[in-house]
Amino acid sequence: MIINHPLLGPCDAQEFTYLGDASLLHRPDGMAEGAEAAFVDYAYPRENPAGLHRELWFHEQGDRSWLVVTRDTVTHEITQVELASDVARREGRSR
Amino acid sequence: MRYSGFRILQQALTGQKGWTPAWRNPDPQPHYDYIIVGGGGHGLATAYYLAKQFRQSRIAVLEKGWIGGGNVGRNTTIIRSNYLLDGNEPFYEFSLKLWEGLEQDFNYNAMVSQRGILNLFHSDAQRDAYIRRGNAMRLHGADAELLDRDQIRRDYPFLDFDNARFPIKGGLAQRRGGTVRHDAVAWGYARGADQRGVDIIQNCAVTGLRIEDGRCTGVDTTRGFIGAGKVGVAVAGNSSRVMAMAGMRLPIESHVLQAFVSEGLKPVLPGVITFGAGHFYCSQSDKGGLVFGGDIDGYNSYAQRGNLPVIEDVAEGGMALFPGLGRVRLLRAWGGVMDMSMDGSPIIDRTPVDGLYLNGGWCYGGFKATPASGWCFAHLLATDQPHPTVTAYRLDRFARGLMIDEKGVGAQPNLH
Repeated sequence: MIINHPLLGPCDAQEFTYLGDASLLHRPDGMAEGAEAAFVDYAYPRENPAGLHRELWFHEQGDRSWLVVTRDTVTHEITQVELASDVARREGRSR
Repeated sequence: MRYSGFRILQQALTGQKGWTPAWRNPDPQPHYDYIIVGGGGHGLATAYYLAKQFRQSRIAVLEKGWIGGGNVGRNTTIIRSNYLLDGNEPFYEFSLKLWEGLEQDFNYNAMVSQRGILNLFHSDAQRDAYIRRGNAMRLHGADAELLDRDQIRRDYPFLDFDNARFPIKGGLAQRRGGTVRHDAVAWGYARGADQRGVDIIQNCAVTGLRIEDGRCTGVDTTRGFIGAGKVGVAVAGNSSRVMAMAGMRLPIESHVLQAFVSEGLKPVLPGVITFGAGHFYCSQSDKGGLVFGGDIDGYNSYAQRGNLPVIEDVAEGGMALFPGLGRVRLLRAWGGVMDMSMDGSPIIDRTPVDGLYLNGGWCYGGFKATPASGWCFAHLLATDQPHPTVTAYRLDRFARGLMIDEKGVGAQPNLH
């Protein structure tokens, strides 16, 4: 698979390590009410769709950026690649 | 029809005209007491033991394609019970015991071959870990034997014993482990279940789970609605998709695992060997092909095919252990979709929906578990109580902090 890095252009997926569903960007507040249940929900269950999947890849052998890759889990086709920092900011994270 | 040596002789003398289909092809009835979703090894074994062991009737197995067309036909056929943890070892040992009597039990030649499995170690620390695992196995009644280099050299003289990075220091053998003809397992269970009245309905995909007042009352399928007293889901690889129909999110990611077979060779590998310094394992099929595999590709996939980097990685592991492998041509490579659970262990449990039961999360260890998985799932369906060997395989173990993490890598499915 080739991941089209937004800054570096096309890179072999072998340069990356895979973490999983991009929902992992949204770590719950550990001090909030019901944090225990929120963390269980954060850490273990997954949507695991057959089809488009937004997922986190880390460019370990490259610029060490985190990317959010939108990929079809049935065909392995990658349709969108964004910097995870941009996605996190857009989705309301402060940094 | 009972299969026997006498039957073969009789058929040979009468022109092989008396063989009958091994199972019927019935139309679905409007209602069953038990519906098993998924006609793979685990689903068919569940139906077989429900009918035979637990004396239940009115059972159907629904399969979206043809029976045995999923992971039971795509694995590397290895059976073993060499686990460390208390939650796992009794279950896999129970499974190995069932394998030992399986062919007589369901009257079908599954070619169960206890040719032994050998896990090689390459360092002192790894030897200590293997001794510990061997002791754990023996405490649970399984067999385990520590072999030194010379003992291994007798059976496997062609291995690279003095590899500069990964010299072979010894191995942990389980002589009762081995291989089984995988398709025959599905066919044997299907035939045995069918003979006991189970309806095996192929080309019947489940499109919805009907839930009324918190209770599962049946399934919508491509062949219409079928009512059920209890619904058992055994569709590993696709568990998340089926359980999403009940509004559930599972602690599972689907990943693709590749396997390989070489051209046929004369007998060279007497048993199953695994490399301890990388992920590579290999056995030789009765047709002569070397059957081998390694890691999953490592990203979510439902594609049933993987990519080249993992093939390269598996080949490198094989060459480090078994340099002669480089002269062998690869015949086929294929991929299967695994339910990779968050702790690397399976789930056999009730669900929050009454009458809906889940058997899944088999990671890449599902084949060896087939008989015990079927037995224990049938036990759960018939009695609503878990079999004593699967009390740890609960769906809520993640929330309760009771993970069974054999490898100790945490909630990261692509590392299990």
